[in-house]
Amino acid sequence: MTSSSERLEATVDPKLLEILVCPLTKGPLEFDAAKQELISRSAKLAYPIRDGIPIMLPEEARKID
Amino acid sequence: MSAPKIFDLELLDRRRTRAAPSAASHDFLLDRVADDLIDRLALIQRKFPLALDLGAHHGLLGGRLRSTSGIESLTALEPNASLLAQCAPPKIQASLEAPALPEASLDLIVSGLALQWVNDLPGALIQINRALKPDGLFLGALLGGATLNELRQAWLIAETEVTGGASPRVAPFADVRDLGTLVQRAGFALPVVDSDTVSVTYADPLSLMREIKAMGASNMLADRRRVPVTRRLLLRAAEIYAERFALPNGRIPATFEILTITAWRPDPSQPKALKPGSATVSLKDVLEPRSK
Repeated sequence: MTSSSERLEATVDPKLLEILVCPLTKGPLEFDAAKQELISRSAKLAYPIRDGIPIMLPEEARKID
Repeated sequence: MSAPKIFDLELLDRRRTRAAPSAASHDFLLDRVADDLIDRLALIQRKFPLALDLGAHHGLLGGRLRSTSGIESLTALEPNASLLAQCAPPKIQASLEAPALPEASLDLIVSGLALQWVNDLPGALIQINRALKPDGLFLGALLGGATLNELRQAWLIAETEVTGGASPRVAPFADVRDLGTLVQRAGFALPVVDSDTVSVTYADPLSLMREIKAMGASNMLADRRRVPVTRRLLLRAAEIYAERFALPNGRIPATFEILTITAWRPDPSQPKALKPGSATVSLKDVLEPRSK
C-alpha cells in the first residue's frame, strides 16, 4: 500500500456512483468522501477511489468491520 | 467459483500492463471492430443516454463512441490499470466477470475484443443482461473459433515433433453457434451473433508472434506448459507455419474471426412470436394463388 501524502483530490463523477454496486454482493455502496472510498457493508469491504477512478476489485479493497 | 479456469487472469493482467505503453501501435483489430460497431449503432434509430464500454482497452472504442449522437455519458470499464489510465473519464476499474454494475442501470453496453478472455462467459453475459435497462442494447465483439488457427496447427505439429507431446498454446475461442446459444440462455431478447473473418498478412511467423506479444495476448492459458519455449521449438513452429500457409509472395496469413453480438434486454414493447394456433388467417389462403 502506498500512502500518498500529496493525494490527488480528483472528484468522482457522481453519475459514476449511480452505476456501481459491490462486485461481490451486488449490494449498495456508501461513498466516503474523506477517505475516498466506496463502502460495501454487505461484503465488509472498502473499495478505494484513486485519482477519481473507483477500483472495484475485491483484492484491492480494504477489509472493514 | 464453479466455472473452469481457462485463463490465468493475473498473468493476462501483467502481460497487458507490459503492452499498455504501446497499445495504440498494435490496435489494428480493435480499430476495425470499433468502426464496425459504430456503423451498426448508427443504423439503430435510438438514443442511448447512459453507455458503458466493457473492457475498454486503451479507450479507442469509447473515444469514438463519445462523439456519437444519442450518447450522453460513456463510462470506460477496464480491469487493467495501465490501459484504463489511457481512457477518458468517467472510468471504473473492475473485472469483466464481476463488473460491479447495478441491475437495470444502463441503456447501452458495448464491448470490443475483451470477452474472449473471461473464464465464465455465460456468467459474464448474464451480468451484462442484468445491468441493462429493459430494451437496453448489448453490442459486443469478441474473437471467435477460427482465430489464429494456422498458429494453433503449427504449434501443435512442431511441439509433437520436437517434444513428443502437445500443450495448449493458442486459446480456445467461442464458436458462432455456441455463442448464439449462450446469448439466448443469458436471457437476451432478439439475439443475433454474426461472424466476420479477417485475414492479415505478416512478413513471417515470428513477426506475427511479436505482434501478439505486443498486444499483451501471448499464451495466458492456465494449463500452459510452464517451461520456456526452446529456440528449436520456436523455429520449428515458424518453419511449419511458413511451409503450410505461406502465400506466393512469401508472406504468411493469420486469421482472426470476429464474432459480433447484438442483443437486447427483454421488454414488453419488443416484437414477439405469436402463440401457435393464434393466427386468424389460414396460411393456405395466403399461399394459394388467388383465383380471379
